[in-house]
Amino acid sequence: MEFAELIKTPRVDGVILHRPFMPTVEGTLCLTGHHIILSSRQDNTEELWLLHANIDSIEKRFVGSLGTIIVKCKDLRVIQLDIPGMEECLNIASSVEALSTLDSVSLMYPFFYRPLFEVIEDGWQLFVPEEAFKDLESMTDEWRLSEVNKDFSVCPSYPSLLTVPKDIDDESLIKAASFRHGGRFPVLSYYHKKNGMVMMRAAQPLTGTNGRRCKEDEKLINATLCAGKRGYIIDTRTIAVAQQAKARGGGFEQEANYPQWRRIHKAIERSNILQESLIKLVEACNDQSHNMDRWLSKLEASNWQSHVKEILTTACLAAQCIDREGASVLVHGSEGTDSTLQVTSLAQIILDPACRTIRGFEALIEREWLQAGHPFQQRCAQSAYSNGKPRSEAPVFLLFLDCVWQILRQFPCSFQFSESFLIMLFEHTYASQFGTFLGNSVAERAKLQLSHKTVSLWSWVNRPQELERYLNPLYEANNLVIWPSVAPQSLLLWEGVFLRWNRSTKCLDEAYQEMVHIIEYNKELQNKVNSLRRQLAQLETEDSPLQTP
Amino acid sequence: MEHIRTPKVENVRMIDRRTPRKATVGTLYLSSTHTIFVENSEARKETWVLHSLVSNVERLPTNPSGSPVIIRCKNLIVYRLLIPQEKDSLDVVASLTRLSRPERYGELFCFSFNPNLDKELREKAWGFMDLKAEFNRMGIPSNLWHVTAANHEYRLCDTYPSELFVPKSASPAVIVGSAKFRSRGRLPVLSYFHRDTSASICRSSQPLSGFSARSSDDEQMLQAIMKSNPVSEFMYVVDTRPKLNAMANRAAGKGYENEDHYTNIKLQFIGIENIHVMRNSQQKLIDVGDMAAPSMADFLWGLENSGWLKHIKAVLDAGVFIAKAVAEDGVSVLVHCSDGWDRTAQACSVASVLLDPYYRTIKGLMVLIEKDWVSFGHKFSHRYAHLDGDPKEVSPVMDQFLECVWQLMQQFPCAFEFNERFLIQLHMLIYSCQYGNFIGNCQKERRDLKLQERTHSLWPHLWENRAEYTNPLYRTDHSQTQGVLRPLTTAYCFKFWKGMYGRAERSLSSQQSPADCLNAVREESQQLEEELTAHQEVPRETDAGQETCPAEGEENFRGEEEDQQVV
Repeated sequence: MEFAELIKTPRVDGVILHRPFMPTVEGTLCLTGHHIILSSRQDNTEELWLLHANIDSIEKRFVGSLGTIIVKCKDLRVIQLDIPGMEECLNIASSVEALSTLDSVSLMYPFFYRPLFEVIEDGWQLFVPEEAFKDLESMTDEWRLSEVNKDFSVCPSYPSLLTVPKDIDDESLIKAASFRHGGRFPVLSYYHKKNGMVMMRAAQPLTGTNGRRCKEDEKLINATLCAGKRGYIIDTRTIAVAQQAKARGGGFEQEANYPQWRRIHKAIERSNILQESLIKLVEACNDQSHNMDRWLSKLEASNWQSHVKEILTTACLAAQCIDREGASVLVHGSEGTDSTLQVTSLAQIILDPACRTIRGFEALIEREWLQAGHPFQQRCAQSAYSNGKPRSEAPVFLLFLDCVWQILRQFPCSFQFSESFLIMLFEHTYASQFGTFLGNSVAERAKLQLSHKTVSLWSWVNRPQELERYLNPLYEANNLVIWPSVAPQSLLLWEGVFLRWNRSTKCLDEAYQEMVHIIEYNKELQNKVNSLRRQLAQLETEDSPLQTP
Repeated sequence: MEHIRTPKVENVRMIDRRTPRKATVGTLYLSSTHTIFVENSEARKETWVLHSLVSNVERLPTNPSGSPVIIRCKNLIVYRLLIPQEKDSLDVVASLTRLSRPERYGELFCFSFNPNLDKELREKAWGFMDLKAEFNRMGIPSNLWHVTAANHEYRLCDTYPSELFVPKSASPAVIVGSAKFRSRGRLPVLSYFHRDTSASICRSSQPLSGFSARSSDDEQMLQAIMKSNPVSEFMYVVDTRPKLNAMANRAAGKGYENEDHYTNIKLQFIGIENIHVMRNSQQKLIDVGDMAAPSMADFLWGLENSGWLKHIKAVLDAGVFIAKAVAEDGVSVLVHCSDGWDRTAQACSVASVLLDPYYRTIKGLMVLIEKDWVSFGHKFSHRYAHLDGDPKEVSPVMDQFLECVWQLMQQFPCAFEFNERFLIQLHMLIYSCQYGNFIGNCQKERRDLKLQERTHSLWPHLWENRAEYTNPLYRTDHSQTQGVLRPLTTAYCFKFWKGMYGRAERSLSSQQSPADCLNAVREESQQLEEELTAHQEVPRETDAGQETCPAEGEENFRGEEEDQQVV
């Protein structure tokens, strides 16, 4: 298909662009296969360069022959384009609509994007399971890397290599897979070096209404327990929801069959509820006319903050079981691709200082989200402004980022990255020139040949000049477990995302700059003093023969 | 001492609600001024609670492990004790209840508090605050404004300071006439002069206008105020009350200015609720902060239901309106409410903080509190229940002002020289009666109590400790420290003040504060600067073998936990 067919009017002059906090710009609007571009054709003026993929919805309005298009973006920004001429306006609108809702992945921009920078380190090769396993091997020999899912036939949403208990053979894995939703049998998610406890994740067991059991599944997870020790199964659903799942063939681990495990149910909501919550929250944030009562009641009604609290609480619970109780943990919900991953990844941020570095956080996202089969493409197809009926869209990953932000805010010196890194990730999951978040699983990504045909986000981000923008000046590496407060008063609305386009951040940015300045000045002084100290020491040694004959 | 039924109770448990199982055991002492809890642990950590800071003492039913006693303080800290014997708990509660409700001024802590200063130093300390100097600093043109002697010996208005700034063009007769037409004689006088535009903020109480009364003196007074701003053609009268309340006052012979009688005024109602609404609202907010393990919905609902942030927004909106009129339109403003000592003080002082960078410094905020609150007769003793009295007079008026400043700090992190700790400390000191500054209800009462001879002044003490209260992001040459602040007052800009109302959740101590980190970094930089200067001098002196002893880098990046809590 040619994009040209969809572009009815490629160019309109005299278009006026309105953006939050910036002066309006008049210029020429151009449509390309992947972008809306507005250029004022003057030097040094800001231009609009918007990916069609970033467009969540568009609205048209007409006053006389002047048409206006309101473009609502997935990054929650709203811009307005005044277009002279009704026909031009209609053409632009319908073209943008068509181009922003293309179904075929291979038509997406990452397949056309050619980087203007030199790729020094290929992000696609950066986080391979073999490397992660080497780290694990240095700590324990209880685990092995299984190739049972080499051709993705045992579990289509898992990667080809999986870390499993050493004593469990591939035959058993296949049997256990048949007992878990989507074939997602229990695999290793995290090894806690401090006490050797582990966190595993899976999908729900397919016990159904007649209480099916699977010896291999039981053996598999029991293999992770030390002799005489009990473990915890954290089911991210309420007991009621888990019961209901039985009718559809799902279910939960029966005490009788898993006597060494204690099951705890939490209440993390399913994806469609989360999507609704996001829509309500953004609606509340965008209405500046709300009085205090209305704002607070809308904020409450959106339930967003409740979701943040519930997810963080569950993650803390998992971390607590591992670090404080010295017990191993298995986490699952229904499919094991959403709430499960929120919990396992956040628990690692709490427990493992490595996850709080930039590289470590990238590795975590690779391991616990991309390779673990979080369906990014489905979940991020639409954002808060989608009008249509949601299919499988849900801000599961955004909620995870929000939770990370909450911990970061409570422990501002413990993370190597700053808030802007999280916001950047949020943007790229919804629309990007990079292929990293395309597809829904490793299998799909392999089929799309993303690593050959597109550039990895990490290839770009990890270049020093780019990385600099995301570094937290307050970072001081520490080896501690960090326990966030999950009290409602400790959890704030993530203004950097949800109020980003509604209020200027000038003063807050200035404060940030001030902070950077203070710290840089300190480093500069330290360098100076250190070099003087060295000089002094040198002088003293040179002088010493004279002084001490 | 006669109120102390039991001076010492052993094996008392102090319970932290977050970790109820990890109570600390110790001995409880009651002195005439403090409750002291000394832990049995090796550190012998002491917690001191001033009796005058206790807002109420509650005893819960005795259970097998003992008699629980809850001490709630006016600075919103709550202590939970478990006393083994019921009899002891009854004694402690009875003693504390009496001790925390002094009946006479003489019983207040400030009269026995002795920081070991000789007479001369004490007098000097009281001289630290000089409001004359402050009015000088404002650059008031002497051809337009002057000090009137009309209130000498408080004969015109006993709740005002004796020295008042009024328009030079207002004759003594006009001044006296205007005072007669204002509730409690609180006539319109200057509170703040804005040099850049020559517009001023004046304050008063409501006029005694009823349905039809008028006073040509009062009308002339307002005219004189307007004329003191040569370029402006009208002035605002900001009535900070909801219009309905102001109208209701007319039936009592009070009310608001009739725009037909006064030439060139524009009347503006702001809608800050009265002290009773605010008292109830704060109580609800405290309950929200006090909830044990609330859900997010409980919390947000409670926050909304308390109405607190709505009231904070109203106070800030009043300040924003006044500051805009003065700075942008160059129009003078007369601010009043009913008596002109609560909402008026809030509105004037918030506007001043917005208008004048000086009030955003440590010294400046002290000066502002002294001027707009202490000197103009904000009823500290009544509002903060220094003495056992009418509970309907109690209201968190000052709390709201401090919170408005805190909300502004959230929007302008570089604009204030002081930090959150300074505000919380001020809040505590206003309630604690340790110093004489906030005792009494007006200047005359303080004079009659001879406070300057019998008590100590807080300001120099705070000033000496200013390093503790410094915002590391503050720089005098930063753009945020220049000129007028223009805050957003959209609902979502207001936050729950966790540092003040969320202290039941004390896990904060384990978290990191960027400000403390930065302060440590800045301190280290300072040491490095010194070392650098020392080193740079060394080459000339190396032969002398002089040794420089560099201070080692500051390692402690966390806020230090103080072992002894004295409140």
